[in-house]
Parts: sequence; structure tokens; C-alpha cells
Amino acid sequence: MTVKLILRGKEYEVKPGMNLLDSLKKADILPEGVIATRNGEMILEDEILKDGDVVRLIAVISGGTV
Amino acid sequence: MKCKTCGEKAVVNMKQHKLALCREHYLEWIPEQTARFIKKYWMFGLDEKILVAVSGGKDSLSLWDILQRLGYQVDGMYIGLGIDENIGYSEESHRLAEKFANERGLKLHVVDIQKEYGHSIPALAQLSNRGHGRPCSVCGLIKRHEMNRIAHDLGYDVLATGHNLDDEAAVLFGNTLKWSKEFLLRQKPVLPGHDGLARKVKPLCRFYEKEMTAYAMLRGIEYIYEECPFSVGSTTIYYKELLNRLENERPGAKLSFYLDFLDARENGLFADDVVKTEPPLFNCPTCGQPTRYEGKCSFCRMMERVEEK
Repeated sequence: MTVKLILRGKEYEVKPGMNLLDSLKKADILPEGVIATRNGEMILEDEILKDGDVVRLIAVISGGTV
Repeated sequence: MKCKTCGEKAVVNMKQHKLALCREHYLEWIPEQTARFIKKYWMFGLDEKILVAVSGGKDSLSLWDILQRLGYQVDGMYIGLGIDENIGYSEESHRLAEKFANERGLKLHVVDIQKEYGHSIPALAQLSNRGHGRPCSVCGLIKRHEMNRIAHDLGYDVLATGHNLDDEAAVLFGNTLKWSKEFLLRQKPVLPGHDGLARKVKPLCRFYEKEMTAYAMLRGIEYIYEECPFSVGSTTIYYKELLNRLENERPGAKLSFYLDFLDARENGLFADDVVKTEPPLFNCPTCGQPTRYEGKCSFCRMMERVEEK
């Protein structure tokens, strides 16, 4: 079992037991550029990720059209 | 991590402020801070009519939501750009802006560029041969013109846009790299009104993009998630990513970059140049909008080139 991170349709697998910040670093994802949700709830960087967790990452940067 | 106010589980952590908050207190904090910025920069009062330019994105819809929660007289304006690119970008952003307005009983003015001027933004960019193959420059020019026109014609005192701190810091970074003095002088949270030009304000200019995304999500605002297809690979996004790398290593770097710039200007960094570089504004003989140079404004000159084709 692993932890799955999903960003813009792309999946990254990391080991369970790490916190979100370390997991993002392992996947080479800049924490400042994403918001993480698990089971629809927002989670912070100190959250420990467990076996089978699926973390959906919402990209925060937009080009802006206004 | 615990909420600093109530000790419940926090959902947002703002390292630059050393502040973590739960959902309830974050949704109170954002409007409180917005009200503070509105007052600090003398943006507008409760008796003024405000028009928010909405794109269907998280920032502009959140701004509309916040100003309404704060009790301001605020309507929205959506500009249909006619951008499709096989994902129906404009159609979807229009749907989301309408949905937001309808659900809250708010007034949304809609301007369709294709109907108004006979061509979509990408077509106008091609016909006018402006912007080196990208429609962004034409898009910016037309949006500025239309926002000014609608605000003036419908009698709004203030035009509010959803620019966040990341937008401002990226623009500042680009202008600093080129030492574009004229642009640095004009980058302010408030641009005063002028004959025919509504006052322009950016009430979200001190919130990080991540904070605005969190606000939209926690308020249940449905917004267009995809970037404008033409902004992919843009310099602005590249600068935002660079600044986020810096922020990651040095929390608060983006905020101090922007705020220290505002302070430096306020304290006279460009003082000697202000008189020399702030030329008087003229009125365009065709549309009447203010322009920096005598004769037709950039918008009218561009439309002339399009009509000649």
C-alpha cells in the first residue's frame, strides 16, 4: 500500500508515515503552489499520511483573465 | 496544527503571518482583513456603487462574495472573450459567473466581445496583428477599455478587480527586472478616477493566491479551475512559480517584496521622477476615454486596423 497524490490528473506515489510536507517534497511538488484535500477536507503540511490515503492537490496558480 | 483563535483543528496555515485558523475563523478573518485594506488604502465607502470585474475564477468571485458579505453595493460584470480552444473556456467561465450571481440574487452585466465588435478576442488578435501570435495583449487592452466603458456608462464609482498578492508580486518582479519606471509608478492598490475613468481598486492585493483558493473552496464557490489556455507558459506564471520557490524557502518573502515596494514609493523612492513621468491625460476623440497620448487611444487605433482588413 502507498499514499497517492493526485495533481491535475497526474498521480504520484509516496511511502506512508510521512507528513504532507515531506510527501510533497518527495514528489517534487512545491507546497506553496497547492492546497491538499483528503476525503474532501483540507489538510495541512504537518498531517501524517497513512496507507491507502488519496490526497487530491488543487493547484493555486491561475493565469487570470480579469 | 490548531486554530489560533479557538484551538480546533486548523485548515489554513499562513506562515508569513504565523497564523493558523480553522474553517470558521478563516472565513471571518478574510472579510475582516479585506475591510481593513479597503480602509487603509482609501478604496471606497459604503455609499459608493461598486462594479466587480468577474472572470469566473476564484479571485474575482471571492471578491464579489466578500464585498457582498461586508454590505457594499456591488454588482458584477462579465466580459465574454470568445475563447474556446476545444475546452469551451469562455462558455464555462460565463456559466459559473451567472450561476454565482443567480444563486445569490446579484446583478451581473454581461458584455460579449463577439457580439459587440464582430469578432472574438483570438480573432481580433489575429486581425490586428498585435501581440506576436498571442491574444493576451489584445485581451488586456479590450478588457481595460470595456471595464472603463461599462463602469462609466452605468454610473459606477469604482471598478474592483480580484488581483491577489501573487498577481501583484509577479507584475512587480517583471517590471523590476526591466526597471520599467512608468509601470512601477502606476502599480498601486488604488488608481484614482479621472474624467471618464472609474477609480480602480484591488481589495485582495495583500492576500496570497493560495489564501484566495482556500477561501473559494471553504465558501463552496464553484470557479473555473483551468487556467486560460493562452496563459499556459506565460511569463507571469513563470514569475509566480519563481516567487513561490522563494516563498517556500523564506516565508513572507512575497508579501514583503510587495509591501516594501509600496512603502518605498510612498517614502519618495520615485519622488523626483513623479512630476517628469506623469504626463497629462488626453481624451480619445473617438470613444472619449482617457489616453496618454494625443489622438485616438490604443483601443480605437486597433479597431481601426481590424476594420481595414
